[in-house]
Amino acid sequence: MELSKIDELLDLAKSGDRRSLSRLITEIEQSQDPPKLHSESIWTLGVTGPPGSGKSTLIGKLVMHWSNLGERVAVLALDPSSPISGGSFLADRIRMEGGDIGENVFVRSIASGNSPGGISPRIWPMCHALSLCGWSRIVIETVGTGQSEFRIAALADRLLLVDGPDRGDIIQAEKAGILELADIIAVNKSDLPGSSLAAQSIRTSLDLTDGDTREVLLVSALEGSGIEKLASAIDSCEPNSGRNEVIMREMLISEWDSILLSHPEIDEVIRKLCDSSITIGDAINSLRKSSLKGG
Amino acid sequence: MRVVIAKPGLDGHDRGAKVIARALRDGGHDVIYTGLRKSPSDIVRIVNDEDAQVLGLSTLSGAHDSLIPKICDGLREGGLGDVIVFAGGIIPDRDLELLYKCGVRAVFGPGTPTSDVLGFLDEAMERKQNNVPIGVGEDLGWKWN
Repeated sequence: MELSKIDELLDLAKSGDRRSLSRLITEIEQSQDPPKLHSESIWTLGVTGPPGSGKSTLIGKLVMHWSNLGERVAVLALDPSSPISGGSFLADRIRMEGGDIGENVFVRSIASGNSPGGISPRIWPMCHALSLCGWSRIVIETVGTGQSEFRIAALADRLLLVDGPDRGDIIQAEKAGILELADIIAVNKSDLPGSSLAAQSIRTSLDLTDGDTREVLLVSALEGSGIEKLASAIDSCEPNSGRNEVIMREMLISEWDSILLSHPEIDEVIRKLCDSSITIGDAINSLRKSSLKGG
Repeated sequence: MRVVIAKPGLDGHDRGAKVIARALRDGGHDVIYTGLRKSPSDIVRIVNDEDAQVLGLSTLSGAHDSLIPKICDGLREGGLGDVIVFAGGIIPDRDLELLYKCGVRAVFGPGTPTSDVLGFLDEAMERKQNNVPIGVGEDLGWKWN
């Protein structure tokens, strides 16, 4: 039933119906079992980096660059859901001024907490659906506030890591193991002092690995400088085929999380943890036992 | 629900829109804020692409009487007649009827407690679930205030 609805919407979306495309993305987001969609010609770019490094603004500039060349660009912008209310404030669009214009640009904001089995197994069918509908560039943006958020972007064929000059927060990316996965590293806000220094310190850190020739580019999303060079660096970057293990690991972790989070006894276990009547170890044991029993 | 909060027209003040966005997030909704100065066709496209169920329009410029009807028409023409529309900002009483006539279901002025907006969304969601007219392209008649 669910699949046929997706097929139906996909057919309409392929014929250019934008309403159906949008509903298709929602159907995939809400699906119990992510549909298996496959597009041969898929092109994906993951963009991640610390909060405030200017990812959305930079994506806006890239989107404008590509759409001026006649390409159709889709952006999936992921933001976390509030753990308290379950709600979210999805505001990446605001920063994509200029990029958010016209029929050749499709931007969808996604709250990470809304999918029944975690968002990451559903991002890829969304990307394939967009590709099947003729979107030639697909950008996945995640805010780098934690390991899992960083890593969702790392599942794309190529990964752009964005840092700012004033933060030194690339260290967070290093902690999450993302620096090794990045194909292109951009230090944004080159209009501010300190950016060349930040770029230099990243280069130094890359130099510690023999044979690491990755470039660290200086860009200013605000002024639009360095964008063409960045776009051509992205284009000359070959899809990373060695990432399969990372991808499978991410899918597994996210399914595992969702099994835990949808466990019928999780609220009760958290309550018990709060009043210190059980330890974390007890909690894990009891959740594992009952999930084995209940299937 | 997925809610787009939009600022049509040229006024540059979005404190109110942001307060509403925050309150709705805290009420468990997914809120997408468009940023300032969006044209009616931008807003219709954003509501479509985000597959939002609700659109909240904030205007302080006095152009609500021309912009909001255009947006409502655009939604209906774009096959988005099921989207629930509400408005807020500086909207004189004499213009309320005009907005209700084009499918706006609630108008919230200065001093509105945020709980009112959440209450409206709860009732709107209930109507939607029961297939009672609530969308901008559905039968008029019911309104919140």
